Amino acid sequence: MEHAASLIDWSRAQFALTALYHWLFVPLTLGLTFIVAIMETIYVKTGDEKWKQITKYWMGLLAINFAIGLATGIIMEFEFGTNWSNYSWIVGDIFGAPLAIEGLMAFFMESTFFAVMFFGWNRVSKKMHLLSTWLVAIGSNLSALWILVANGWMQHPVGMHFNPDTARNEMENFWDVFLNPNAVSKFLHTVSSGYVLASLFVLGISAWYLLKKRDIQFAKRSMIVAASFGLLSSFYLLTTGDESAHQVALKQPMKLAAMEGLYDGEQRAGIVAFGVLDPDKKIADGKEPFLFSFEIPGALSFLGYHNLNAFVPGIDDLVKGNEKHNIMSVSQKMELGKKAVAALSAYRNYKKQNDMLHAQEALETFRKYEKYLGYGYLKKPEDAVPNVALSFYSFHTMVGLGTWFIVLFLITLYFAMTNEIEKKRWLLYLALFTIPLGYVAQEAGWIVAEAGRQPWAIQDLLPVGMAASNVASTSVMITFWLFAVLFTGLLFAEVKIMLKQIKIGPEGH
Amino acid sequence: MFALHTLQVYWWFLVSVIGALFVFMTFVQGGQTLPYTLGKNEEERDLLVNSLGRKWELSFTMLVMFGGALFAAFPLFYAVSFGGAYYLWMAILFCFIIQAVAYEYRKKPDNLYGERFYEILLYINGSLGIFLIGVALGTLYSGGNFVVNEEHLSHWTKATYGLEALLNPFNVAFGLMLVFLARIQGALYFMNNIGETTIVQRAKSVVKTHFIMFLILFLFVASYILFSTGLVYDPKTGVVSVEKMKLLHSLLSMPFLLLLFAAGVLTLLYGIYIALVKNNKKAIWFTGAGTILTVTILMLILGINNSVFYPSLADIQSSLTIQNASGSQYTLTVMSYVSLLVPVVAAYIFFVWRSMDKKELTIEEIEADPHHY
Repeated sequence: MEHAASLIDWSRAQFALTALYHWLFVPLTLGLTFIVAIMETIYVKTGDEKWKQITKYWMGLLAINFAIGLATGIIMEFEFGTNWSNYSWIVGDIFGAPLAIEGLMAFFMESTFFAVMFFGWNRVSKKMHLLSTWLVAIGSNLSALWILVANGWMQHPVGMHFNPDTARNEMENFWDVFLNPNAVSKFLHTVSSGYVLASLFVLGISAWYLLKKRDIQFAKRSMIVAASFGLLSSFYLLTTGDESAHQVALKQPMKLAAMEGLYDGEQRAGIVAFGVLDPDKKIADGKEPFLFSFEIPGALSFLGYHNLNAFVPGIDDLVKGNEKHNIMSVSQKMELGKKAVAALSAYRNYKKQNDMLHAQEALETFRKYEKYLGYGYLKKPEDAVPNVALSFYSFHTMVGLGTWFIVLFLITLYFAMTNEIEKKRWLLYLALFTIPLGYVAQEAGWIVAEAGRQPWAIQDLLPVGMAASNVASTSVMITFWLFAVLFTGLLFAEVKIMLKQIKIGPEGH
Repeated sequence: MFALHTLQVYWWFLVSVIGALFVFMTFVQGGQTLPYTLGKNEEERDLLVNSLGRKWELSFTMLVMFGGALFAAFPLFYAVSFGGAYYLWMAILFCFIIQAVAYEYRKKPDNLYGERFYEILLYINGSLGIFLIGVALGTLYSGGNFVVNEEHLSHWTKATYGLEALLNPFNVAFGLMLVFLARIQGALYFMNNIGETTIVQRAKSVVKTHFIMFLILFLFVASYILFSTGLVYDPKTGVVSVEKMKLLHSLLSMPFLLLLFAAGVLTLLYGIYIALVKNNKKAIWFTGAGTILTVTILMLILGINNSVFYPSLADIQSSLTIQNASGSQYTLTVMSYVSLLVPVVAAYIFFVWRSMDKKELTIEEIEADPHHY
């Protein structure tokens, strides 16, 4: 059941829009819940009321962010049904489970203890309150765990088999799905990125207070917590990022090639530290892909395969095939995929006629070509290539900014410890202006992960064109604009409220 | 491993319970439509909103859980209904998106659109949102316009994508019934949670005025469900056929369920009785238990005894049953183990609810908290 191009585009646009908006709020929640839990622990341990005030202040900002995170989150779950209904059937038997587990294991924990955290100061004991704050932090991170198990499975589907009678993939091994290496590295990378963002947020706002020469003690204390937490998280982020890239190299070589703008595969492949892509570059046209670039030799081979001499296939190799390195071309895969599609439909017809002998034969043919089934739905080999410029620039933006964050945490922590931070106004300005960059890095990361996987909804298994709901594209267009208006309106309100709360400052809490 | 059919029944039961718990939790939505009815000044309205503000996330989570459980256990329903009745579900989602921010932003300085705006959002969520949910739940009995092909891929046959359900009087009555129930429950919740006598008295009169209307709608809806012609499938061939008064037959053939259903209705009525006649503050626990029991049974009978739980108006053979719409035996087994967590979750919710609601909420407490909604 192929859909019109406009329907697929609008469905993707709507999903991208809602996901990008949702992700403006989630990482801050992931990290800030832990930061306030750490602050409250210090308060309970020391009994110092100042720490209680600090905790309550950051909690107030967390609440403003949390609410809109929930609002934009509910739509994500239901969109799999509303806009990707074929997907919901074809892989729902695997994909639905982590979503339901997320609800039961994480959402209830978050929502139950959230109320205690905000309104329980005088209604429950100090210890019970602290426990609730930690449970909100754990709950929100557990929710990230399950949703990233689901997303990891989209990047690298495991633990299932295709059932020709129900025409869907069915789960075969839950532990394979749960412990999918792609999911594990994705989860760790994503939550640590949230910790980094929250640290940048606390750091930047505290810097603003110091620049304004107000709430000095509060700001300094907050900065030390944020810079230490941020620095620790950054190293974690770096390690898990390396593992994520390794997973991409192993399971999604096309994504890796697009991330690096690598057309012509090579051994000792380098990473482009800085470069501008030639917009006229086409697949296998032999032209140089970059207008200019600065490369670190061997780095990509090392990042992808942990081996300086490893061969990294380029886009041309993956599309056109490369015999020397045993890479099948996309057109070959498409041919085999079409055989799988034909065999599946033959199986169904024979079965309907009760011709079990031929049905069995058709099924055997299907099993032979099954792993190319997804390719059978592609229209032309070039469709297997994601948007290179988008993947390349997003990836490099993310990595570049991530490096800058480490530098910032290091310097701030140093000057905070030596108690000179107030005098370093340039540093305070840098910290303040890095807040938006944290968000840019977050969004860029998801663009790499999702746009880099195109044309697949599920890597090599289900192209987006097959996955969408069968509704009129105008309907999706209408809801797209409704979302755009509503979410933008809410975002403006959120930012305005947040800025006002920052101006009011901790004394008002 | 459990038999597939056992797992399907178990999961339909769980989905029914979660659905029923959500219907109970809509007292939050019902309450959201009452601040101006029950609160005569700003302090009173703040108190009402804050009283709900301690519970709204639980109702929101219950809705998300309802969706999640349906996705994991009956993915074909998820695909067919959400992807087909597109406008209806989208309208519902919009009504819930606005709820979350409204609580948090209403009282905040510089909130861009003003306090009234967020109160209107709460009102829309509490009235239109619940009405539309009722309409959507109504289609489980009255049917939807979908066709499922042999690859289990589906499409909707009406370009109104679900909005046509609003033309069916049964669906509309179902939606209105939920709105009245939610408002009654909301008022009863306030009677339980709030320590200001004037508000409690006003809440009581809401229960009184809404009760008759709710009862009429309930009788209409229940008799439609029990007496109208239903669909039944042959578990061997999967072929769907028509049966007069199918759900009534189901209920009569399982006297235990009939008993529970009657007990549910009576408990609900008893709750309203003690609220109105005895001024009993605990009335919501009776109406709540009654609601949960009644809704669970009404939903449960749709899925069991070879009944169709989502009839197709476009092609009767496309209708969904727990047999053709469910996840695989393996997945349902895994999810059944996961469901062992339910008592744990229920226990901490109970514990937190009790420790947070030990004292009734008063205006002084709200005004003393700078974080209040």
